Amino acid sequence: MMEPTAYLLLSGILFGIGVAGVVARKNALIILMSVEIMLNAVNVAFIAVGSHLGDPTGSIFAFMVMTVAAAEAAVGLAILIAIYRLKETIDITELSVLKW
Amino acid sequence: MTWIPAYLSSNLLTALIFFPLAGALLLFFLPRENPRLIRNATLLVTLVEFLLSLPVAIGFNGATAAMQFVQRVPWIPGYGIEYHVGVDGISLWLVMLTTFLMPIAILSTYEAVEKHVKEFMIFMLVLEVGMVGVFLAIDLFLFYIFWELVLIPMYFLIGVWGSERRIYSAIKFFLYTFAGSVLMLVAIIALYFHHYAATGVYTTNLLRMYELSIPVKLQFWMFAAFALAFAFKVPMFPFHTWLPDAHVDAPTAGSVILAAVLLKMGTYGFLRFAMPLFPVAAVDLMPLVATLAVIGIIYGALVAMVQKDMKKLVAYSSVSHLGFVMLGLFAFNVQGIEGGILQMINHGVSTGALFLIVGIIYERRHTRLIEEFGGLSKVVPLYALVFMIVTLSSVGLPGTNGFVGEFLILLGAFKTAKWYTVFAATGVILSAVYMLWMFQRVMFGKITNEKNRHLPDLKPREIAYMLPLLVMIFWIGVYPQTFLRKMDASVSAAVTRIETKRQAALGERPQGETLLARYFDVKK
Amino acid sequence: MVTGILDYIWLVPALPLLGVLLNGAIALFCERPLLLAEAAHGDEGHGHGDAHGGHHAPAPYRKLVAFIGPAVVGAAFVVSVLAVLALAARPAHDRFFVQVLFPWIQAGGFSAPAALQLDPLSSVMILVVTGVGFLIHVYSAGYMSHEKAFARYFVYLNLFTFAMLTLVLGSNYLVMFVGWEGVGLCSYLLIGYWYEKKSASDAGKKAFIVNRIGDFGFMLGVFLIFWTFGTVNYTEVFAKVPLLSANGVLTTEIATAITLLLFVGAIGKSAQIPLYVWLPDAMEGPTPVSALIHAATMVTAGVYMVARSSSLFLLSPVSMGVVATVGAATAIFSATIGITQNDIKRVLAYSTVSQLGYMFLACGVGAFTAGIFHLMTHAFFKALLFLGSGSVIHALSGEQDMRKMGSLKKHLPITFTTMFIATLAIAGIPGLSGFFSKDEILWKAFSSEHGHIALWAVAALAAGITAFYMFRLVFLTFFGESRMEPEVEKHVHESPYSMTVPLMLLAVLSVVGGWIGIPEVLKGHNYFEEWLAPVFAQGAAGGHGAAGAHGAAHHPVALELGLMAGSVAVALCGIGLAYYLYRVRTNKPKEIAEAVPGLYDVVLNKYYVDEIYDFLFVRRIVNGSIVLWQAFDAAFIDGIVNGIAAAVRGAGDGVRRLQTGVVGNYAFSLLLGAVLLVGYILTR
Repeated sequence: MMEPTAYLLLSGILFGIGVAGVVARKNALIILMSVEIMLNAVNVAFIAVGSHLGDPTGSIFAFMVMTVAAAEAAVGLAILIAIYRLKETIDITELSVLKW
Repeated sequence: MTWIPAYLSSNLLTALIFFPLAGALLLFFLPRENPRLIRNATLLVTLVEFLLSLPVAIGFNGATAAMQFVQRVPWIPGYGIEYHVGVDGISLWLVMLTTFLMPIAILSTYEAVEKHVKEFMIFMLVLEVGMVGVFLAIDLFLFYIFWELVLIPMYFLIGVWGSERRIYSAIKFFLYTFAGSVLMLVAIIALYFHHYAATGVYTTNLLRMYELSIPVKLQFWMFAAFALAFAFKVPMFPFHTWLPDAHVDAPTAGSVILAAVLLKMGTYGFLRFAMPLFPVAAVDLMPLVATLAVIGIIYGALVAMVQKDMKKLVAYSSVSHLGFVMLGLFAFNVQGIEGGILQMINHGVSTGALFLIVGIIYERRHTRLIEEFGGLSKVVPLYALVFMIVTLSSVGLPGTNGFVGEFLILLGAFKTAKWYTVFAATGVILSAVYMLWMFQRVMFGKITNEKNRHLPDLKPREIAYMLPLLVMIFWIGVYPQTFLRKMDASVSAAVTRIETKRQAALGERPQGETLLARYFDVKK
Repeated sequence: MVTGILDYIWLVPALPLLGVLLNGAIALFCERPLLLAEAAHGDEGHGHGDAHGGHHAPAPYRKLVAFIGPAVVGAAFVVSVLAVLALAARPAHDRFFVQVLFPWIQAGGFSAPAALQLDPLSSVMILVVTGVGFLIHVYSAGYMSHEKAFARYFVYLNLFTFAMLTLVLGSNYLVMFVGWEGVGLCSYLLIGYWYEKKSASDAGKKAFIVNRIGDFGFMLGVFLIFWTFGTVNYTEVFAKVPLLSANGVLTTEIATAITLLLFVGAIGKSAQIPLYVWLPDAMEGPTPVSALIHAATMVTAGVYMVARSSSLFLLSPVSMGVVATVGAATAIFSATIGITQNDIKRVLAYSTVSQLGYMFLACGVGAFTAGIFHLMTHAFFKALLFLGSGSVIHALSGEQDMRKMGSLKKHLPITFTTMFIATLAIAGIPGLSGFFSKDEILWKAFSSEHGHIALWAVAALAAGITAFYMFRLVFLTFFGESRMEPEVEKHVHESPYSMTVPLMLLAVLSVVGGWIGIPEVLKGHNYFEEWLAPVFAQGAAGGHGAAGAHGAAHHPVALELGLMAGSVAVALCGIGLAYYLYRVRTNKPKEIAEAVPGLYDVVLNKYYVDEIYDFLFVRRIVNGSIVLWQAFDAAFIDGIVNGIAAAVRGAGDGVRRLQTGVVGNYAFSLLLGAVLLVGYILTR
């Protein structure tokens, strides 16, 4: 069986990029994309470890995540469009109505 | 009790507790547009409730200390929680006081409460459920439920139908007393687990708890929790500041019930729970409680003296009177405790009457400031007469109810705590000062305020609800045996129980142990 | 004689109570509507001075009231006389009767039945109360006839009689306390009878509160009695005295404590130093009230109580000393104030305080019989003096200032004659009642084992002053030039028979009242002492031997006669001085007053005691209470309460700022949390 180290490293790097995007960017669209990157980073890790252990559960979970990610992207984008129509911006620092 | 069939006597207390609830449900179906009907229906419900309570008082056997009219049904068997009600000489008159005062309070609202009559009456009836339940419950869990149940309607009565600062006062009342209740809940739960640890049985039955021998250190903390809860309710100095606010802002009927019954829940709690369950701690902490009681007596009287608002004056006088009750209970002898119970009733009757009297004048003039009045005797002689009798009762003149209670309290306390009694007895002087001074400023002199010149005297409805109170004032004052006789056995048993349990608990402790050593393991 | 009458002894207090109920019903249902109708018409400030009122057609109910009020007391008097006769028919050691009406308060070992006790002491008291009381009721019917609230007055007066009879007839300390506070209440109501007058309602309140201070002591005394003796019934308490003294339960300290506490009650009720201040103010009440309550009966309750508890007092030399000293000090102190007062009723009020001091002096030296004797004779002549002054005031349309009287002798012959007799009696002129009782006190003050020559000297001096100010009163009122307002002078008239007949009867009593107690040394026989002997012998037996009652036997007769002559001489000096100052050199008093202005002002203003009390206690307590309320209650406790509320609110306010609403911040804290968590797990 192959060693998953390289894949896990890749997954880690991708996840880091995603985290950085979520935390640092202000554009909600970019944040959504960053979330997608993080999800896919996790997918990579799932598949790598799954095939390393010869367990199909990892792959099954990856499919599961993809489905959820697709749904999430659809709902998220719909919300963003709705927000944009209402506020004419998708800058999250300006969307702070839910404070206090 | 033999003349009441068994199937009735065993269900009587349950009927007594829940009949007002049925009445409240009935009110839901009455048309809101007809406040007159709603008022009369409520009055009828409370009157029937009073009639229902009469067989309890008459059939009550004063020769035994046991709980009577007991009804006991498993409720949540897995936790040993039961629906368990009964009455003994300690609670009997408090229940009677409640059912006796409710029709009077309802009658006093006929012209005072104009808005949301239906809701007001429903809250009053629910309040009655809670109050009767508190005095009748023998199960700790059941007791706690009724205890908290009382808070809610009273909160709304003050908050919705009150005067200027009603929201502040209502919240203050609620939080103040609720803070205490939570402590009590914790102590109840601790007691519950302690009972399990000691006997292997889960139960919330108070009578079982009585048999429990609780380690002295635990007694201290549990007593503290219970005592604090009850002290908030009584209220004892220095936890009394919710009382004047709540009274001033409550509607008259609310004040009457608050003073007459709700405060008694605190003193009753001491007598029913804190003292017999934790006798060692109770006796050891007597100096503290008695000190606070005496401070309350004098402090309440002094502060009452300088009030400008009649209702606030009466509220502070309650602090003083309840101080007497506490002093009596913590005398730990028959005279003191019987005096204390009697004084609870007396305070209910007299202070209830005083609030009604203030309410009557408030309805006419929409002010309670003493300086607005003067010389009323001339225009409202009947009112003056009633006011005078109630004043004298509050002052504790022999022949009226106040004297018998105060005398027995001081007599009992003198045995246990001589110097406390000496200071407490000055309250007798001070009560004359503040009550007579108020009476003089309101009723005597010439009429200085033109608005008072044509005040109408008591109406038949007002006479109708003051008269029973006056009868009680003289009845208790002249022939207190009616009341004392029925509480004798229970009080003697309570005194004995406290003493024997205390001796038993202390039997294992070293002689001459200091309190710090007893409770905090602090050795010299 | 029907001995069965004793079983009806309950009628004695019950009859006046019946009067209360009947008159109360009349006041409520007949008088109230009338008064209300009048008030509605708004004739204000009319008819509320002493003894003058509006003129309106008398309503028929007033006749009924004027009958019921005195009649019930008269009937009570008849029952009392019969009962006392029945009692007297018994042998001396058996003159004792208790009637238990119902159990009143029972709790644990405490039991106080509502029970009446007739014995020689209480029989003297009920005869005085109902007898003098009846005369005053009759007098009142005339004196108060112009008052609007006529029925209300008789309700109070009957209620007072009921309470006073309860006080003296009660068979235990608690029933006595009922009467004790009951008479205080009636005193309050009657002093404040003209409630529209601020000074009247003030005086009523003051009386009640000062009395309450005394009651405070009384009550504590009763507690101590109960916890010492296990009972509050007189017979049981006194019977246990020897036993408990023997076994060490009843130490002298406890006896001292009990008796001093009881004496505090007596001080309040009987207006002794330092609680006498209410009595002069009590003169705001109608004059018959002053006669009945503030001279003849209520104020003597303290003396009665001390005499009743004589077996306890005799156990404590300290208490006896205190009683005697307070009595003597009060006697002379208030007598000096009496010299300077110009209000006729106030002179009599201070005189009453002074005479009560005599009674306490008697008790304090162990001469309880003499104290009760003086109580009785004083009831006669002081009631007469007050009623006489009422007659004067009545005649002068309410004038009470002696400076505006004079030469009334010719206008008011009956009033003058009777008052003059009473004045002779109080001054201690031999042959009149006051002489015998006062002289017995003076003699006992000197000769008794509890006595002291200083006590005698003070009392004798006070007797001289008494004679002086009483004759000053008579001279200023009845003799000399008329100083009346012309308007008033036109209407001067002798009072109606309903008022003068009681005066005459009291005058007779003031003369002969003392003849039942003529001392042996004057070849008489002291029937009074013999009558009371069973009551006080009891105490003497329990105490330190035969104290007081017969303690004087070893003194020579000549000494007793000499002292008697001395005290008469002092009294005559006082009279002579009064004659000189107020008849011969009438401008001299003014000169004296101007010569020592400071002293005169101090005495005129009653030694500023009221002002001192006001400054020391009243104002401090009131101001302190305001501070307590506003600084402690409102600021401190509620400060804490509201502070806790504010702290919780503030904390919430601070914490909610964390909710920025910016998603990035939440994401960042999420990350931070995750990192910390992972870090924790890894490094664990």
